[in-house]
Amino acid sequence: MKLVIAVIKPFKLDEVRDALTRIGIHGMTVSEVKGYGRQKGHTEIYRGAEYAVNFLPKLRLEVAVASEQLDQVMEQLQAAARTGQIGDGKIFVTPIEQAVRIRTGETDVDAL
Amino acid sequence: MKQAFLRLAPAAIIIAATTPAFAQGSKIDAADTAWMIGATGLVLMMTIPGLALFYAGMVRKKNVLATMAQSLAATFLISIVWAVIGYTLAFTGEGAFIGTLDRIFLNGVTLDAVSPLAKTIPESLFMIYQMTFAIITVALVAGAVADRLRFAAFLLFCVFWLLLVYVPVAHWVWGGGFLGTYGLIDFAGGTVVHLNAGVAGLVAAYVLGARRGYGSDNLAPYDLTLAVIGTGLLWVGWFGFNGGSALGANSRAAMAIVSTHLAASAGAFTWMALEWWTRGKPSVLGMVSGAIAGLGTITPASGFVLPMQGLLIGIIAGAICFWACTWLKRKIGYDDSLDVFGVHGIGGFTGTLLAGVFAVGALSASPETPGGIPGLLEGNPHQVVAQLYGIAVTLVWSGAVTFVILKVISALVPLRVKQEDEVMGLDVSQHGEAIQ
Repeated sequence: MKLVIAVIKPFKLDEVRDALTRIGIHGMTVSEVKGYGRQKGHTEIYRGAEYAVNFLPKLRLEVAVASEQLDQVMEQLQAAARTGQIGDGKIFVTPIEQAVRIRTGETDVDAL
Repeated sequence: MKQAFLRLAPAAIIIAATTPAFAQGSKIDAADTAWMIGATGLVLMMTIPGLALFYAGMVRKKNVLATMAQSLAATFLISIVWAVIGYTLAFTGEGAFIGTLDRIFLNGVTLDAVSPLAKTIPESLFMIYQMTFAIITVALVAGAVADRLRFAAFLLFCVFWLLLVYVPVAHWVWGGGFLGTYGLIDFAGGTVVHLNAGVAGLVAAYVLGARRGYGSDNLAPYDLTLAVIGTGLLWVGWFGFNGGSALGANSRAAMAIVSTHLAASAGAFTWMALEWWTRGKPSVLGMVSGAIAGLGTITPASGFVLPMQGLLIGIIAGAICFWACTWLKRKIGYDDSLDVFGVHGIGGFTGTLLAGVFAVGALSASPETPGGIPGLLEGNPHQVVAQLYGIAVTLVWSGAVTFVILKVISALVPLRVKQEDEVMGLDVSQHGEAIQ
């Protein structure tokens, strides 16, 4: 099992969700986060006082997938979240040691 | 003589009503009274909720309630002190420097009492109309020290500043004191309200010192939508502020409202255009700041100038206040949190001066002075001298006395909240509440 963590542009969420649903992914966790990478931030000016806003709003998706599905998920996720402009975000993958569905007690791939 | 009579028979409203009370030919006019009741409501609305929203929208989220609390507290505290002693000291008698105690506790403000300063409306109405001006002036000052002034210190400041700064200046300009007698024209408060509050704000910002993180941290406003709503309420309320200063339902009131509205529009447009040109974007905060600058600046001149001169004053106001808030402020290096000096101080100064330049005699013509009060452009250079004299006196008195008041208060209670309370926010540290 792998945990796919993607940081994406907020307005791309629906496209990503649709793309992953189409290939049989039925769950994800989304959080509103702030951060910066190559896009850096922007400047806000209030009556001449300039503030550099370094952290931009992004969405962080966590999707747990079976190892054999990983390549397909990566491909679909990247295609759906991409605009080609700087600031599209990143995808990270880490191994999952265990998974449990709390209600039924199912474990590992059955719990996803 | 009328006042003396009423004091001798304080409970005898019926007797007074059946007695020739209008010794100076005063007669209460229904239309004037109706308009002034409406105008009083409009001006009160400028502070709550107008100024409360305008200011609260420009501070950080952790200080929103504390900022609103200042407008609210100014409203109820100043109202009480004004009725008890402020009004009588400002608006009775003919003393050059201060009024009398004739109307202490509103003694003698009976059903048919009329002030010689407003001969066609009940004195009770004149008293409460002027009360709303005192309220907003004190509430304006607080913006300069937003985010750091201790609430208890603010309450003390309200009382001291009202009685030692606002009341004397109001008396000098409007209550029969030496500035009015000298010839200063100030229709609705360029000196009394705006320059007065702006200078006091600047002094307070110096005495308290800059906000923690000023110049380094992000102090961006929490919610400018509140500031836009507040500006709308202030703008409309200003019709009562300037239009009501005609003290009657007449053409002069209407003309003042037109000049006021055009000055606000021109100020907003000018600030927006300058900001777009110099900073690349026309900000919402810039538009509302320009509108308030135009409104503050036209205040002393409204009622003395024609609409197109109001428009011109608005353009000048937008440009000069933009310059004051973006360049002058940085150059001098004070932290006037919400630009009370940059907008109201500079605006009040500019407007008071321009009133002396643009005044059109016909607008202020009366049976006693058929030619009215003309300005420089109508060949009366002395009017500019009178305006500069009024500006200088207000500036020095407000600056010096505000400084002394703050020093006295700081001996009683610290002016500034503790550093950790400032970081935590004034909502929690001063009021035990927070916006979730």
